[in-house]
Amino acid sequence: MIKKTRNTEGVSRRDFLGLAAFGAAILGSIGVLAGSLRFVKADVYSEESKKFKIGKKENFPIGTTRKFDDKNVFIFSDDNGLFAISAICTHLGCIVSPSEFGFQCPCHGSRYDENGNVIGGPAPRPLEWYEINQEVDGTLFIDAGKAVPQGTKYLFA
Amino acid sequence: MSNSTQTGLGKYKENLLSIKKSFLGSFLRSGMPTSDKSRTAVVVNNFFLHLHGAKTHTNTLKPSYTLGLGLISFFLLVIAFISGGFLMVYYSPSIGTAFNAVKDINFVVISGKLMRNIHKWSGEAMIIFVLLHMARVVYTNSYKRGREFNWVIGVVLLILTFVLNLTGYMLPWDQLSYWALVIVSNIAAAPKELTDIFGITQYFDIGGATKEVLLGGTAPGQNSLTRVYLLHIILLPLGICTALGVHFWRVRKDGGLSKPDIVGDRETGVAFISPPQKTGGIFPTHKTYGLMELARGRTPAVDNDVENTVTSWPNLFVAEIAVFIFTLAGVIAYSYFIDAPLKEFANAAIPENPAKAPWYFLGLQELVSYSAFMGGQGLPGLAIAGLLLIPYLDREQEHFGIWFSNRQGRMVAIESFIVGAAAVIGSLAFVINFGWFRNWWPKIHQLWIIAINPGNLLLGFVVAYSLFVIKRTGSTRMGAISLFTMFLVCYVILTYTGTVLRGPNWEFYWSASQWPIH
Repeated sequence: MIKKTRNTEGVSRRDFLGLAAFGAAILGSIGVLAGSLRFVKADVYSEESKKFKIGKKENFPIGTTRKFDDKNVFIFSDDNGLFAISAICTHLGCIVSPSEFGFQCPCHGSRYDENGNVIGGPAPRPLEWYEINQEVDGTLFIDAGKAVPQGTKYLFA
Repeated sequence: MSNSTQTGLGKYKENLLSIKKSFLGSFLRSGMPTSDKSRTAVVVNNFFLHLHGAKTHTNTLKPSYTLGLGLISFFLLVIAFISGGFLMVYYSPSIGTAFNAVKDINFVVISGKLMRNIHKWSGEAMIIFVLLHMARVVYTNSYKRGREFNWVIGVVLLILTFVLNLTGYMLPWDQLSYWALVIVSNIAAAPKELTDIFGITQYFDIGGATKEVLLGGTAPGQNSLTRVYLLHIILLPLGICTALGVHFWRVRKDGGLSKPDIVGDRETGVAFISPPQKTGGIFPTHKTYGLMELARGRTPAVDNDVENTVTSWPNLFVAEIAVFIFTLAGVIAYSYFIDAPLKEFANAAIPENPAKAPWYFLGLQELVSYSAFMGGQGLPGLAIAGLLLIPYLDREQEHFGIWFSNRQGRMVAIESFIVGAAAVIGSLAFVINFGWFRNWWPKIHQLWIIAINPGNLLLGFVVAYSLFVIKRTGSTRMGAISLFTMFLVCYVILTYTGTVLRGPNWEFYWSASQWPIH
């Protein structure tokens, strides 16, 4: 009767406890290490805000093309309104410059048309378009953290 | 005068006068070596020297066998460590001060520019010599008989060498550093290309998370520099020292450097070796051979140390010191004439045009210009996997330690060199002349480009051709020679293309003199 309870499944109680302790030690160590790795990714970084003001709409008469160098954003104005296109290449993050066909990236030769669609080179996605909003006092601001569908243009009163 | 009758001060004076002898004796533990036995003892009793065996096989001392490549790589690392320590005296890892510190080192500190050049060029030369060392190991068939895992450690050392160089490149925080960091962090984020296709980026953004951890934020800044600095001066050096320690230790455990099974007696051909001295020490003068010397192998040779070995002191150490001094001289001479580049302070608004990675990654940059994910992660990952697998897929035990195994091996190497060069030049010529999918069908789905691009096709061809060689010759060894030769040829030609033949906007030019002026 006693024998039966001891050795029915092939693993003795002693072995089971030993293996369980050993396994727990390994799992615990891996868990601590994995948890520690979370350390390297902060919840918030003190970085510049993605939102920035660009002044009144009178600054952008129809036909305007302007680049905000420190923000890497192009602002265009046409009959259908204002629109903002990112200058950051979707391939590996270089800064595109305007060219005869739209935009050209210097790093790996990606080419975009004037709407930011890829027409050549390695870029996997079109250039991002950003949201433009108006403050109550009429100042416009761009939110470079908020991508909007291509072709979104803004008319302001 | 015996000790017991000496006065205290008398003993003191005697000890004082014999300090030179007693200190040297305590340092070497057995005095300066005078016989083969004491030459052995001096190695075994010394922490640093006993990294070597007490005896060294004459084949190991043949310059035409090792070419000194592993040793040169190691000495380059030592030079880089020491010169790096000097640079740290002035460098400070802050985006506000780093650039000025490097400029000070270059223009204000006495011999600072030379020191920086030495650090830079010894590090970059390591890449070349580590690759050449790998080539030596492959071509002499030395990755077998217990050495399989040491080859794996060698590949890890190659990767660490690349990453150490890359992180060092980012520290000056000039234009080169900044844009290299932008590109590298976006390569880290390249799995986004894949997750985007499957529409799971918002739930499982592995690429974005890697980039964020590397940069310590969403864009390069102070956090990024801190992290790169941490990698460059602590984590990676610790890693490379550990891996190197295991690498050396395993070489010793495997019986020293690889050598052919049959080495003719006294056919050393090495002029500087001093022959075994069979008198003195444990060898009585009236005997001609010593069975006490038991080393690996089964052939006792009369009046010749077992298995053609000679004492490491002085034979091996003389050779090592010679390699060291030539390495040091070479690095200093090169550094005296060629300056490490330093561009303007990092400017986030204006990338260099062309924005080039450091030269050792320009082959990858060429591949990246097809697809960021495949060029930056997929293909290098597969290439490394291929290198790692070489000793496990070729387990033929014949021709160990013989250059190219045999005549057939030499032919396969030459043939693979030509075929590999033709394949890589052909694929480059095609892309340069005709472009690729995105140029033909701008709206094509990205998955097609990830799956089918010139880089993938090249890799597929290399693998297929080495399999074809195996099938034709019936030997996996020939396949290994073929695969490695083509890997090396691809790396060199792609690097050359990225370095010399690519100009502004990554367009093709035969030379930099044809670049448009703007």
